[in-house]
Amino acid sequence: MTFLPVILWSDVLIWLLVLAAFLLAWLSVHNPLLRAAWQRVGRSRAGMASATVLIVFVAVGLLDSIHYRPRLENWEGHREAQGAAHAGQGEKPAAYAIEVLSLLDRLLTPLRTQIEKTYSEPLATRAYAKEAIELRAADGQIRQTRDYPRLKHGGAHLGADEGERDADVAWRLLRALGVGVLVWLTVATAVAAGLARVAACSQREAWRRIWHNESAFAWNAVLATIGGLLLVLLPVATLAVDYHVFGTDKVGQDVLYQIVKSVRTALVIGLVTTLVMLPLSILLGVLAGYFRGWVDDLIQYLYTTLSSIPGVLLIAAAVLMMQVVIDTHPQWFETAAERADLRLLALCFILGVTSWTGLCRLLRGETLKLRELEYIQAAQAFGVADLRIIVRHILPNLMHIVIIALVMDFSSLVLAEAVLSYVGIGVDPTMISFGTMINNARMELAREPMVWWSLAAAFVFMFTLVLAANLLADAMRDAFDPRLAGSA
Amino acid sequence: MSAEEPVSEGVLLDVRALRIAFAGAFASTSANTQPLLLAVDGVGFQVAAGETLALLGESGCGKSASALGLLRLLPAAGRMVGGEVRFEGRDLLQLPEAEMRTVRGGGMAMIFQEPATSLNPVLTVGHQVGEVLERHLGLTGRAANERSLELLTAVGIADPARRLGEYPFQLSGGMKQRVMIAVALAGNPRLLIADEPTTALDVTIQAQILELLRSLQAERAMGMLLITHDLGVVAQMATRVGVMYAGEIVEEAPRDDFFSSPRHPYTQKLFAALPDLAQRGGRLETIPGQVPALAEMPTGCRFAARCAHAWQLCRQQSPEWREVAVGHRVRCHLYSEAGGGHSPGDGGVPTGAAELSATIATTARQRAPEPTLLVVDDLRVHFPIRRGILQRTVGYVRAVDGVSLALARGRTLALVGESGCGKTTVGKAILQLIMASGGSVRLLGQELGGQSRSALRPLRRRMQMIFQDPFASLNPRLSVGEIIGEGMHALGMVGKAEQGRAAAITAVLQQVGLDAAATDRYPHEFSGGQRQRIAIARALAVQPDLVICDEPTSALDVSVQAQILNLLGTLQDDLGLAYLFITHNFAVVDHLAHEVAVMYLGRIVERGTVDEVLRSPSHPYTRALLSAVPSPRLAMHPRSQPEYIRLPGEIPSPANPPAGCHFNPRCRQATAVCRERYPETSTLTTTHTVNCHLYAPDQVNSQVGVSVE
Repeated sequence: MTFLPVILWSDVLIWLLVLAAFLLAWLSVHNPLLRAAWQRVGRSRAGMASATVLIVFVAVGLLDSIHYRPRLENWEGHREAQGAAHAGQGEKPAAYAIEVLSLLDRLLTPLRTQIEKTYSEPLATRAYAKEAIELRAADGQIRQTRDYPRLKHGGAHLGADEGERDADVAWRLLRALGVGVLVWLTVATAVAAGLARVAACSQREAWRRIWHNESAFAWNAVLATIGGLLLVLLPVATLAVDYHVFGTDKVGQDVLYQIVKSVRTALVIGLVTTLVMLPLSILLGVLAGYFRGWVDDLIQYLYTTLSSIPGVLLIAAAVLMMQVVIDTHPQWFETAAERADLRLLALCFILGVTSWTGLCRLLRGETLKLRELEYIQAAQAFGVADLRIIVRHILPNLMHIVIIALVMDFSSLVLAEAVLSYVGIGVDPTMISFGTMINNARMELAREPMVWWSLAAAFVFMFTLVLAANLLADAMRDAFDPRLAGSA
Repeated sequence: MSAEEPVSEGVLLDVRALRIAFAGAFASTSANTQPLLLAVDGVGFQVAAGETLALLGESGCGKSASALGLLRLLPAAGRMVGGEVRFEGRDLLQLPEAEMRTVRGGGMAMIFQEPATSLNPVLTVGHQVGEVLERHLGLTGRAANERSLELLTAVGIADPARRLGEYPFQLSGGMKQRVMIAVALAGNPRLLIADEPTTALDVTIQAQILELLRSLQAERAMGMLLITHDLGVVAQMATRVGVMYAGEIVEEAPRDDFFSSPRHPYTQKLFAALPDLAQRGGRLETIPGQVPALAEMPTGCRFAARCAHAWQLCRQQSPEWREVAVGHRVRCHLYSEAGGGHSPGDGGVPTGAAELSATIATTARQRAPEPTLLVVDDLRVHFPIRRGILQRTVGYVRAVDGVSLALARGRTLALVGESGCGKTTVGKAILQLIMASGGSVRLLGQELGGQSRSALRPLRRRMQMIFQDPFASLNPRLSVGEIIGEGMHALGMVGKAEQGRAAAITAVLQQVGLDAAATDRYPHEFSGGQRQRIAIARALAVQPDLVICDEPTSALDVSVQAQILNLLGTLQDDLGLAYLFITHNFAVVDHLAHEVAVMYLGRIVERGTVDEVLRSPSHPYTRALLSAVPSPRLAMHPRSQPEYIRLPGEIPSPANPPAGCHFNPRCRQATAVCRERYPETSTLTTTHTVNCHLYAPDQVNSQVGVSVE
């Protein structure tokens, strides 16, 4: 084996979530009511555009959730000679790097490995700060000058012709745009052809329907978004091969790489936390609302108390305790990545435990309303058992609230992670996340000349992610909320 | 259409060819691609000062949309597509919004259906009346206060000075509606639009409000546009009547003409569908089918698909207005030259055949009473009132306070009373959905109270309930098959065999007149009447002996109500079901019930057979209640409206019932003894009992004169 698969706990949870999503999709196909609701989502143009953006983010996150440790060729050798690695090369046990990589890391190898010395501006060929450089002059003497040193990787292909940079960038942009338009046309034609086959009409007619907003699915929004994404992502990709598109940070790491890696952290925080939160809030909320009496009193007391404690304080205390446990048990972890991962999960768990109260209160209120409805009384008149009433009559009628809350909470949790990491009680410092990037930017903004690109890039990407999630949440609320959707 | 007629003097409001449409169901930013659905299509009418035009129609016919359109208050999806609304000579549809605001409230004012939601709960009554005074009359301060007092006095609110400072939650439903009327009157409007002003109120309060509206209108010579679905209200209030069907006015007539000779087949059917004494126990006329959906309006006459007289022309061409008498116009091909061959007029009036079937059914119903199925003895349901930190019980709401009933197989007992009298609580306590505080409920001789859930389960099969609101009583997330199958599953019927259950569900669906294909569909795909059929099917699926019907038709239109009542009657004849029928609708009682029990404040005040209670009511409350029911017939009809007995005030709180007879503060015949102790049960005949001191054994001789009064 040329690699050793590593399964982190967060990977397991993420792939379980993917499985759950498929299950939900299967259920939706077979339940006409859910199907109708999803069709309403499909008709919403804002919703479909943001879903397209989110799918790109999720794809990045999923690629980043398959981890492995590459095999070391020999103790001093490096991974370059992978092709030569034969199974029978030596009898001694294979050694694997202690560095845990993901599939995404592998795709982004140039970005990951092309490390400069320190800060450099986006698309720069020279560093951001002057340094003393020793130059061997023509006469063979070594002279010291103070100048911006040439970057090791940024624009290295230009050689000495640094003046060519603008022309090179422009040429690459043009090429990428051309390719983007071509790819987009191919995709759009394929969609139109598919639609034409389904609707049994001419391709021209299908094309017209898409752009006159007459298709049942908001294809025009999806295609427009794909177009937009292609026009942004392809140029970035072509430039990223030889430049640092978003510059480099203090230790010379490519900011673009950090941004891409942050996506997974954000997704884990946003999704895994709800996994912790949902069972608590659904179970307790429904129990309190359905049984009333002392059960209700107890649960209400619990969540009122919990939500009266300042959330950050509670999280800080829990995270610090967790950190002590982790630090005193180094033997639990084989790699630094596993340690960081556990800390991430701990953060998710703590966030989940402190944030279930809002949804629980909402579900209790809704259950209180539902239990007085006549169909519940009709079921009681049949002597249907309480558990069955809850599962058959109450839960399905709460599902729209749960789905809406899930999508809405996602964005607030992503933002919460940024805030917590900024305060220093967030994810492990070695783990790249939007929060740690913003935390680092605190010092960068204070220095002169200012380093702005790190924060700007983190901001733009986080903003895009949260905005897309919020827009999708809006579209889903409109589609799932029975009061807004018209019919039950 | 009225477009050709000259505008006569005194016409306040002249609506011509009004068309209102709603944008399609799916909200989108591009309005041009949305299909517009016409909800009101070419409606025209006139209202003169001092007259009342009643717009009559079933739900969804566009009558409320028309009223809101007149005020330009349509909801966001609504569009005025065309037409003209002339109010005192000005076309309202052309006015700028700023001027329109002086017309709303100042020129014409509106009273809404639900008094509970049309007053702002965080503002005092004085504030809400004062707002209008300031806007339209420029009155503020002391002047506004004095005017508000006058208005509240005018709408018959006692102690107006105190009420001005009170909030809506401190007022009862009838009082809120009076305040709403005061607010509407504050701007001195020339036209009052009343959108179902009494639908949410009890009959006795309804009678008070209608009387108030009549007197105010006469006093101020206002025009009134009354929107209602209740023929009884129309008979009392209207000078002219317009009947709306599927967005069109199909008949317009002066009231007397309208009630003596309705012309349009739809109007005739509406009259025939009303439950009435004449068809007791028989089948009511129903209108087959339902109102066509907005999206699929037929090109010809819109009623053609449901009309017994429809022929080819009706389906092709929309009929024009025909004047059949002075001021009596109708849109029906029957009255056009082309329709001369068809005999108009006699279609909807109950014919001999219907009467015949009625007598047959009546004889069938008078078979020997079977052994008693349900015995309720001294049932009490008291809800504790808890106060303070320790939640100590400081008192009880006596929702049901000693109710005794007996019901035999195949019989119907109607439990009538105003809202809040505890009749629904009785039903739920019998079903053990609410724990009784005392008394006993025996079904087939077995005591139900105090049983464990598992012990109750076999008895639950014997009794089922049909609820009031067919939209709340079916779980929207379950298919019809699952809904109906639930009871069978829970009670362990039909075993595990899927086949058997599917067959049973199909059978019960057919029993209630639904197609077997309905099994896999969801409740939202059905209309109100069909949903109520599903609810009935769910109850029938476990083959009960007793069905408790909690106002099963009050949320339905008249024509649909007739279908459901017919269905209930048929099921009783076929299956020998016993019904405990909880209602406030006396027409339904008259049609369906064998016995009647009248409830007031948690107790039964009068009991007897339907003839005894409805024809010779003894208790003053029963008499007042019956007199308040507006009859959908004019006075010339043999069964004329009894003299209206005005009931002052409203039903007191069951937490704090009056001492002595509960009814004494509202009773005209109350004496000293009524204020001291609750009357014993007096037996008038073997079946007729009443709880009133007027009939106490020691007083009967002296009271004969009074009771005849």
